[in-house]
Amino acid sequence: MENLLPLVAATLNAGTPLALAALGLAMHERAGVINLGAEGMMLLAAAAGFAAAFHTGSPWWGLAAGAAAGAALAAGFALLVVVFNASQYGSGLAAMLLGSGLSAFAGVSYAGRSLARGETGLPLLRELPWVGNTVFALHPLVYATMALAVLLAWFLYRTRAGMLLRAVGESPESAHALGYPVGRIRTLAILAGGLCCGLAGAYLSVVYTQLWSEGMVAGRGWMALALIAFGMWHPLWILLGAYLFGGLTMLQFQLQGMGVQVPSQFLAMLPYVCTIAVLALRGANPGWLRRNMPRSLGRPFLPER
Amino acid sequence: MIQLEARASASRLATWLSPLAALVLTMLGGALLFVILGVDPWQGLRLFLVEPFNGLYAWGELAVKAAPLALCAVGLSICFRANVWNIGAEGQLVAGAIAGGGVALLAGPETWRGYVLLVMAAGMLGGMAWAALTAWLKDRFGANEMLVSLMLTYVIQLLLGYLVFGPWRDPYGYNFPQSRSFDEAALLPTLWEGTRAHAGLALAFAAAAVAWLFLARSYPGFRLRVVGAAPAAARYAGYSPRQALWTSMLACGALAGLAGMGEVAGPMQRLTTSVSPGYGFAAVIAAFLGRLHPAGALVASVVMAALYIGGELAQSRLGLPASIVGVFQGLALALLLLGDTLVRHRIRWRRPAPAAR
Repeated sequence: MENLLPLVAATLNAGTPLALAALGLAMHERAGVINLGAEGMMLLAAAAGFAAAFHTGSPWWGLAAGAAAGAALAAGFALLVVVFNASQYGSGLAAMLLGSGLSAFAGVSYAGRSLARGETGLPLLRELPWVGNTVFALHPLVYATMALAVLLAWFLYRTRAGMLLRAVGESPESAHALGYPVGRIRTLAILAGGLCCGLAGAYLSVVYTQLWSEGMVAGRGWMALALIAFGMWHPLWILLGAYLFGGLTMLQFQLQGMGVQVPSQFLAMLPYVCTIAVLALRGANPGWLRRNMPRSLGRPFLPER
Repeated sequence: MIQLEARASASRLATWLSPLAALVLTMLGGALLFVILGVDPWQGLRLFLVEPFNGLYAWGELAVKAAPLALCAVGLSICFRANVWNIGAEGQLVAGAIAGGGVALLAGPETWRGYVLLVMAAGMLGGMAWAALTAWLKDRFGANEMLVSLMLTYVIQLLLGYLVFGPWRDPYGYNFPQSRSFDEAALLPTLWEGTRAHAGLALAFAAAAVAWLFLARSYPGFRLRVVGAAPAAARYAGYSPRQALWTSMLACGALAGLAGMGEVAGPMQRLTTSVSPGYGFAAVIAAFLGRLHPAGALVASVVMAALYIGGELAQSRLGLPASIVGVFQGLALALLLLGDTLVRHRIRWRRPAPAAR
């Protein structure tokens, strides 16, 4: 038990950025927008967050700056996709390239620096035996992410606004015909999702590693995209999937610690190989895939006047 | 409020002007960036617009960078024409570099000069094998080719890291993570004395010509384009989307593999941890800028190569990070998409109608 708890804590910690990004992207996709720019938004946010935390000395400002950076890039994406009706795939790739370029450009002077360790853990709960210094000693954002997943599930399935969001994702034509502003709803979903992706990126640099290095997101944005389909577009399944992947990342360190004689590069391949396995598994089962997939995903919508 | 109206048909001229406009605007954006950074904008832009074309050696360097870009961009054009979203050309490039490099390492000082042909074939097969993995996962399991090809890019880069840190590391290399340098017989010949331009450039031209013949003048190429452009019509005509998937992926893998082989058997002459500064990703932009046409991809690759060289010059002469290239690349693609919207749509300004409920 004592050995297991630190592992659980490490898994939650590693799964949080994936979960945040995937939940953000799920907001996009529920409105019928696929955003391939997640990796770029996370990278830009990681750089912006690190810079802000470095100069203000407060990780909270870092997270806020990261969220703002993610939302800013998402706003550019929304401009292309919603206002100018451009291809979602192309625009996402542009956001990815622009985000990673900007982050590498802006972050170059922060390479090799590190942040001071901030206050973590939940008050009161952190005093408990065993769980206090493991599972409840993580950054508050870890627990906020869990709350966000529950909140998002409630929003999507229990509120009128959530139903409207889903309606836009299923059939923007019908939503438009009923007089709802499809473009505005999609824009809001994109901005909120960008905010989450930004938080995820900033979490990586400000809380998780407390360092900045070029390309540090290392494909997590793309993994988050795969996770959404794996979680059937449902926030709680997505959260679970993210922790599964977080555990996998931890597994490579565990195996190394146990003295398994496998070159580190092969262990580092694990999350990518498992993502591919997940993609193949759910692709092989169309019923599972189609159950919750928003019908209009990836399709631009141009109202007929 | 802006309102878009679809045009009945897009003008051919405007379709080709859109990438030009995007590049001009990117340069304007670059000038703005230089002003913000406190660099004389003309001095900054000179590095991107003039210096890469200044003299024989510079043209050689341009060719060194344009060749892998063009090979990948031509391959990607075929994929995108078939509506196959392969964005892992970078991984296929690395696979070609590993396969080509592995064969090149087997050559000794006495090896026959024609051995380089074997290196080329190995590079091509390596890229094809890596692309085939994506195609198979898509074909057999319906896995999204975009995500799979990207994930495989990370995997193959780690494999390359393993090889140059482990079994292929040069025993006399002072522990640097790199292989021994290849012997003469395994290296691509240089095209002109005094430059580093190698046979990869000729391969790029040949690839563009063959790809054009295939896409524009052959029946399988026609079927592939129909599958990409009008899936419903293709189904009615009985054209196989599976065939289009495999053809385009294998073609792109072969070309990207050649590009990777050209890097290690050309300018690098050995395997190191990084064989490409993101050529496979930049080629995505080159393919779009070139309007998914092989000739366009060639021209766009030269432009992207000039961007890379400008970035290196900005680093060495102005002390700016070389990653400024990434900013320009992303900006160019975003502006191109914007331009294409204007090609396909008419813009109307109108007051928002009161929402009917």
